[in-house]
Amino acid sequence: MTDLTNLTVAQIRDGHRAGDFSAVEVAEAFNANVAGAKLLNAFIVETPEHALAAAKAADADRAAGTLKPLSGVPIGMKDLFATNGVQTTAASHMLEGFVPRYESTVSAKLWDAGCGMLGKLNLDQFAMGSSNETSYFGNVISPWKRNDGGNAALAPGGSSGGSSTAIAARLCPAATGTDTGGSIRQPAAFTGISGIKPTYGRCSRWGIVAFASSLDQAGPMARDVRDCAIMLENMAGFDPKDATSLDMAVPNWEAALSSDLKGKTVGIPKEYRLEGIDPDIDAMWDAGIAMLKDAGADVVEISLPHTKYALPAYYIIAPAEASSNLARYDGVRYGLRDLPDGAGLQDMYAATRADGFGPEVKRRIMIGTYVLSAGFYDAYYTQAQKVRTLIARDFEQAFGVCDVILAPTAPSAAFGLGEKMADPLAMYLNDVFAVPASLAGLPAMSVPAALNREGLPLGLQIIGKAFDEQGVLNAGLAIEERAGFNARAEKWW
Amino acid sequence: MSIDQATVRKIASLARIAISDAEAAAMEGELNGILGWVEQLGEVDVTGVEPMTAVIPNTLRLRDDVVDADPLTGGGRRDDVLANAPAAMHGFFGVPKVIE
Repeated sequence: MTDLTNLTVAQIRDGHRAGDFSAVEVAEAFNANVAGAKLLNAFIVETPEHALAAAKAADADRAAGTLKPLSGVPIGMKDLFATNGVQTTAASHMLEGFVPRYESTVSAKLWDAGCGMLGKLNLDQFAMGSSNETSYFGNVISPWKRNDGGNAALAPGGSSGGSSTAIAARLCPAATGTDTGGSIRQPAAFTGISGIKPTYGRCSRWGIVAFASSLDQAGPMARDVRDCAIMLENMAGFDPKDATSLDMAVPNWEAALSSDLKGKTVGIPKEYRLEGIDPDIDAMWDAGIAMLKDAGADVVEISLPHTKYALPAYYIIAPAEASSNLARYDGVRYGLRDLPDGAGLQDMYAATRADGFGPEVKRRIMIGTYVLSAGFYDAYYTQAQKVRTLIARDFEQAFGVCDVILAPTAPSAAFGLGEKMADPLAMYLNDVFAVPASLAGLPAMSVPAALNREGLPLGLQIIGKAFDEQGVLNAGLAIEERAGFNARAEKWW
Repeated sequence: MSIDQATVRKIASLARIAISDAEAAAMEGELNGILGWVEQLGEVDVTGVEPMTAVIPNTLRLRDDVVDADPLTGGGRRDDVLANAPAAMHGFFGVPKVIE
């Protein structure tokens, strides 16, 4: 019998529908893989009983003829989504033991669609990081190893590093991610899987632990483009509880998938050709251009002149919003309280926040507090918001001459754990290609394209016009079909 | 412009994060590194450019002016709201004494 954990979301859905296997068999197979992969540390909480209960319901629904869109599909849930009755931590000590009494909109939609939950996935603390090394609950280890015979533990990317590792290691067929400045796309690229950040506002932010609200956007991570389309259809949709939710119908992205790009124009941004970049990255990019031409697309060079300012603008705007959002952790209403003997209210706040936040979270709150403080607000924050307008305008002008943009997802393959932790700036540079689309609120996805000379996956990024997830998915599919990426990490855990 | 340790302690106090002298010293270098790097934004000509307020054009909606318009976020859920409080007492959030 086939190993059920090798199946994609579409194959599980269709195979269950056709009666090839039961949902309980699928859930048990994935539960076993999760239980056997403690070394990867992908999960903060495992919920095999949730997956099994949903599977039993799916099998009963099949017998009754009342199947749902994702009946029988178990998934992983990034531990940034509030889940009713299941601990939700954002990988922080601050929220250790926090058990929500409500369900995030995105997770509720997935459960309504018939999904079961295998567990809550590890991440960078409050989604702040690019390597999953800032989690209070320990590093997630990538299932991938370099082919140099060494045994170096590699980063799974971040912040959705539990999601990327779990999918690449076949612990779940798909997972939720969130992307503020690359947190879906970069970990997908590092682990040889696909992931899409939709247009800002497509997925409700209600019930997602907030980091930078003008940037935060949920999206799916999965093994292929079709699965991303299926998942996104079941995550997106208008939600009156999120003030920035898009009041638009959710397209049927899966049904409209097409890798025929005749009549489409692909833009290649010249500013993304970085000097001194790994030649494997440029070679993959050139190969991707050839694949899209082969799919019928025209290719033009475009200019996004403010690209080099995107990352510094992001590192003002995101920390500013984080310092405001994270002010809610005060030791009063939920989460940790540290009350030293004889302390007053102000001392309690300061002690609680000193104890509850990790170093990277503190660093960002401090930067955010500084750039918003009296006397510096205009020089830093207002200037960054003006630059953000210019970055969005760059894209608007580029989309006058092209339909989608093709670029690398990240400037390198996965690096070793610990390699970049000493220098925050070196870590931030990982998101140099991902952040511009985030600042402009545009849909963008990463698809695996090649292995580098170390045998590690590299991802190509497709950026689309606002609301044009279909164009992004279709170009992603064209690459997927031509790249034929089917490498996977050899099991060592 | 660069910041000194006194400024680091002032920011920490504004952010309500207790820090030791050693942490303040370490953070001085880190924050200066980051702030020195973001200062390149100053070279961008932003004459006549409006700061971004909404990345995707959207209008703020008003909900119906009724009690408990949404059963999840409406009233009458005191026990749920208090369920995760570190020191809930008598149906309220407990805090250290603030008035002598």
